Amino acid sequence: MAAIYSLFIINKSGGLIFYKDYGSAGRMDTNDSLRLASLWHSMHAISQQLSPIVGCTGIELLQADTFDLHCFQSLTGTKFFVVCEPGTQHMEVLLKVIYELYTDYVLKNPFYEMEMPIRCELFDLNLSQAIQKDRVSLLGR
Amino acid sequence: MIGVGKAKQYANVLDKPLSRGRQEVSLSAFAFLFSELVQYNQTQVDNIAELERRLEDAGYAVGARVLELLCHREKGNRRETRLLGILSFIHSTVWKVLFGKVADSLEKGTEHEDEYMISEKELLVNRFISVPKDMGAFNCGAFVAGIVRGVLDSAGFPAVVTAHFVPIEGQQRPRTTILIKFAEEVLRREARLG
Repeated sequence: MAAIYSLFIINKSGGLIFYKDYGSAGRMDTNDSLRLASLWHSMHAISQQLSPIVGCTGIELLQADTFDLHCFQSLTGTKFFVVCEPGTQHMEVLLKVIYELYTDYVLKNPFYEMEMPIRCELFDLNLSQAIQKDRVSLLGR
Repeated sequence: MIGVGKAKQYANVLDKPLSRGRQEVSLSAFAFLFSELVQYNQTQVDNIAELERRLEDAGYAVGARVLELLCHREKGNRRETRLLGILSFIHSTVWKVLFGKVADSLEKGTEHEDEYMISEKELLVNRFISVPKDMGAFNCGAFVAGIVRGVLDSAGFPAVVTAHFVPIEGQQRPRTTILIKFAEEVLRREARLG
């Protein structure tokens, strides 16, 4: 079964505002996750500059031997990325769904402060439902 | 509540007919506006009770206007004068116009004669709101409680109205209950009317 290892959301200045891991593979402690998030932020920015293509928006997919990293950047610069098993399909769609949940349950929440870590009960709830649904649909194939 | 009807533009607001059927606004637009309302009021207060009161006052103004409008539009310039009448008017007519549906339930309090409850599984204003743990039992439904108080007060039924989260068994999310406690004079009048 294809699996998602972890999900990161980073703000426009590279700070980690949300981290969640699923299952044991690729689990890391708080410091490591913060480091990886800002590392990815810088790599993403450099890739935009290095790209030979005009108007490049940065890395969307990083494929490694042991994992795939799918990244989605919103227009405001917030980045969502998932680390998953190599060859996992439909991650772009999942990232869009997560973005939608973020706009609904985080941005419309009066108690959320912009660019700060996300602590919203409804977001957690709906996110785990979306990931669950995604797993079910992957199993069904 | 998505999808906005294309309304005809009137140069003068007074030319616009009052009974224009149901018009809906974008839920997102409302959610952002409401979120701003809460955030603004948060900057003006130093405790949660005060925030609750300010939200309620904002709702009160809506309630008073809604009563005026709906009595004219739906009831031919008549308004309810009996307790149960006005409660079911709020539960069905007001709720339908404001939230697009009838409220989930209207019950009489079991312990006190003067208490009534309107319950809603997922209150529209709370759809996207997660209250942080350190704010305790604060409920943004205070705004809706204010609307209910506005309607009741303007119709001659003074009451204290509050919003509470009530956990439901087997559900992760609590429902919101609007608790209405009528003033003594209202009950005395009701008893006299028989």
